[in-house]
Amino acid sequence: MSSLSVLKSSALKSIVISQCGRLLIALALSFSYFLWPNVQAQTQAIDATPDGLIQAIVNDVMTIVKTDKEIQAGNINRVITLVDQKIMPFANLQRTTQLAMGRNWSKATPEQQNQIAIEFKLLLIRTYAGALTQIKDQTVQYRPFKAAPEDTDVVVRTQVLNKGEPIQIDYRLEKTSNGWRVYDINVLGAWLIEAYRNQFNNQISQNGIDGLIKFLQERNRQLSKAK
Amino acid sequence: MPLTDRFFCQFLAGLLTLFLMGCATIPEGQVRSKADPWEALNRNVYVFNTNLDDYVVRPLTKVYEFAVPEIVRSRFSNVFANVGDVFTAVQQLLQGKPKTALDDLIRVFVNTTIGLGGIFDVATEAGLEKHKEDFGQTFGVWGIPSGPYVVLPILGPSSLRDAFGWVADLNTDILINQIDNVPVRNIVSGVRIVDQRLKYLNASGLLAGVAFDQYSFVRDAYLQRRRFLIYDGEPPLIDDYDAQNNRMQYPGEEKRMR
Repeated sequence: MSSLSVLKSSALKSIVISQCGRLLIALALSFSYFLWPNVQAQTQAIDATPDGLIQAIVNDVMTIVKTDKEIQAGNINRVITLVDQKIMPFANLQRTTQLAMGRNWSKATPEQQNQIAIEFKLLLIRTYAGALTQIKDQTVQYRPFKAAPEDTDVVVRTQVLNKGEPIQIDYRLEKTSNGWRVYDINVLGAWLIEAYRNQFNNQISQNGIDGLIKFLQERNRQLSKAK
Repeated sequence: MPLTDRFFCQFLAGLLTLFLMGCATIPEGQVRSKADPWEALNRNVYVFNTNLDDYVVRPLTKVYEFAVPEIVRSRFSNVFANVGDVFTAVQQLLQGKPKTALDDLIRVFVNTTIGLGGIFDVATEAGLEKHKEDFGQTFGVWGIPSGPYVVLPILGPSSLRDAFGWVADLNTDILINQIDNVPVRNIVSGVRIVDQRLKYLNASGLLAGVAFDQYSFVRDAYLQRRRFLIYDGEPPLIDDYDAQNNRMQYPGEEKRMR
């Protein structure tokens, strides 16, 4: 009985919170949610629209990060698990790496390409995981999303509100046969791919493809030792 | 001048030591960026700035963070931001955005009155978005290209255009120009620098992890960010990355077609 009343009150709360004009939809949604607790159908549709996907991921990650005591205490490994579970299924880091490497990509063998993509992904997760532990009372706002239905490459713009100036974070997505996938991210005005183009190019022109792989492996080893 | 001769000499000697501590060269075999023709000099200044940050600015910032409680620090931040909003409003006008200028002036009005002289940022809480514009951005909007990348001593990453912009910023800076008492002005300027540095205190560690080569990473991120700011957060996207190989970051690249 008591658990039912908890359910009822949380359903009520969600209705009160949602905008007044959408009362009925919220009611219908919360009903369907209780009728089919298996949310499999929802996760399949999550990447049907680019803006919907970003909102779903961001809300999910923000809620977990804010409530998870270990993440708040700075447990990086836990953040890495979270990123792997919640973000990576909807990211295409292979493409990110390919575009960042530019014409050097085709100079690498498929095994080398694979290795570089894996190490680069590890590097990004290790370094940016720390930033996620800093999330405390920030909220995310979604800027108006403009795209034509036939678009296959879009940008979803968001901004993080905290004290002072908002931080703009944008996501670039491509439409794949499996749904929308994030392949580039813009923090404070710099796109990740563009920021890394010279980094890759320089490293390869100095030490070659194998040198780059060694460099990435060594960097990841240091990063994993640091924390 | 505000500094006594003796102190000034010591100050110069200190700077010189920091400068001599690092002599940087362009890493062998590196692809030269067309946006950075003065890279050899820039790298030296970059090392100097890093040393200055390691030995002076960051330690001072940590002392400030430790000694002044957050509730007081954020009051200072808010006051600086409120004064900055006046400056930003002027820039918006110069950039031909009277509506945004008005928004910024409303922020100033709200924060100066309800926010008790700017110590509380009630405007942001009320949903009035904060903007930040400077002369470098205004020059960019006017179509002036960024010019070569420049690392300025003490001030950090810049470009030829933004360096001129900075001089204009300084000459029109409200706090510096309105405070006549020199010691007060120096203290206010000092707190303002430390307050700004504190916002990015965690960024240094992040940079060491993400960058393969810190100097070029900072440079490329800076140039990208300035372009982004000039377009107010919506610069044209790169569609074909491979066609962009070795593209020119200047001249005229940032010209805004509107």
